[in-house]
Amino acid sequence: MQDADLRGPRAVAFSRDTMRRFVPRTEVLNAADIARAIKRMAHEILERNSGLDDVVIVGLERGGVPIAEALGEALESIEGIAVPVGSVDASFHRDDISTTSILPEVTRIPFSVSDKHVVLCDDVLFTGRTVRAALDAVTDFGRPRSIQLAVMVDRGHRELPIRPDYIGKNLPTGRDEMVRVSLESVELGSRVPLDEGTGTGDQT
Amino acid sequence: MKDLLTIDQLGADGIREIMVTSDSFAEVCQRPIPKVPALRGKTVALMFFENSTRTRTSFETAAKRLSADIMNFSAASSSVNKGESLRDTVETIEAMGVDAVVVRHGSSGAPQQISRWAASSVINAGDGWHAHPTQALLDVYTIREEGRSFEGLHIAIVGDIAHSRVARSNIEAFRLLGAEVTVVAPPTLLPPHVEALGAKVSNDLDAVLNDTDVLYLLRMQHERMDQALVPSLGEYHRAFGLTPERARRLSDSALIMHPGPMNRGIEISPEVIDDPRVRVLNQVTNGVIVRMAVLYLVIGSAAADRAAS
Repeated sequence: MQDADLRGPRAVAFSRDTMRRFVPRTEVLNAADIARAIKRMAHEILERNSGLDDVVIVGLERGGVPIAEALGEALESIEGIAVPVGSVDASFHRDDISTTSILPEVTRIPFSVSDKHVVLCDDVLFTGRTVRAALDAVTDFGRPRSIQLAVMVDRGHRELPIRPDYIGKNLPTGRDEMVRVSLESVELGSRVPLDEGTGTGDQT
Repeated sequence: MKDLLTIDQLGADGIREIMVTSDSFAEVCQRPIPKVPALRGKTVALMFFENSTRTRTSFETAAKRLSADIMNFSAASSSVNKGESLRDTVETIEAMGVDAVVVRHGSSGAPQQISRWAASSVINAGDGWHAHPTQALLDVYTIREEGRSFEGLHIAIVGDIAHSRVARSNIEAFRLLGAEVTVVAPPTLLPPHVEALGAKVSNDLDAVLNDTDVLYLLRMQHERMDQALVPSLGEYHRAFGLTPERARRLSDSALIMHPGPMNRGIEISPEVIDDPRVRVLNQVTNGVIVRMAVLYLVIGSAAADRAAS
């Protein structure tokens, strides 16, 4: 077994995935919708920061990383300048170690965040607790001039005073529902134990 | 998994989980502030019934970089000297409120026994001649860091196999990952039923050198001389020490490892210690990283089990 295979929905010695699978019900956005949303958010980022000076992008592991990369590419294609894109795993900054059920990824921020406008990207904004942890993780690397938050889906149910600056789609959800985001689709569905349903195992 | 007592209990996937997690902590250790709040509010007790400055310091550094609080306990200055039983000592420490107990003990099986009494996580930091799992894990990490695949890797472990918990845990770990292990020692320093270890056996270091990818030297304990298991340290060095001549015959891509502390002039000649293939200091650095991963996973996994029940 390769190291990458350890990160799926499975339980070995320590990783404690909840052993549930996602069953999609409705597709909320398709690939073209997502591409348009990314482009719009890129324009909003440029507008808000008057260009790309001192803007860096940091994706939140794991779902936020493809969003961050797509935003980076969109920004580059509009402005013709490459923007630094990094990733952060907030596991070590969470307020409850018993909720860290997946093996951590390696944080990669190979550029300075001091005095930069950091655009933190995630796929789904839910309780806000992961973003809270990520704010602490990013500020360990330096003192940004600002941290802004971009999310593909804001599904509500915040438990902390955190709001996004750039939103792909506002999606009202029930607390028990689940949202799955990729660059191909945004799906709303539910999470069921592994022995029920027919969807593929994934989380968010 | 609440405790880490042996390598066997982890299996190959468990070892890989610790390696993957260690990659994340290696990055943390590179930061300007090499510290994360992952274990804030948790207490780690370091119970060393046997002296060991480096293992204790390594665990202590790891716990501090995770923001855990540390309770230090050494047998020399404790009630153990006043005749307190192991069980009473452990229960007393637990009553103060700890989340993990790191145990070093001269008797094989002591951490297993403690884990039966303790509700907190127990991490074996070396017990008797039995096991030293975190040493094996940091050694695996050090070899993996070089981009080496364990499948078919030839590892020679040289020295006092009979009395070495490092040898036992490392053979388990290396074999689980697919490496071919050869133990090299004079017959007096091989355990009875050595074939049960699953390693090839040799009494001739020169015969295995050419085919060795990782040369792992064990520390020679001086007390073995008193027991007349080796004729003299000089003789041991001539037959089993890494001399400049043997180092020349080792391939350029080979790694030379030692769990420390090294006896210069016994396991290894002073001239060889600065050889670019020597990974001894990497092993020390990686010890902190891997122990961070172990503390994080063991304490996190115990917390998740409690939350689930």
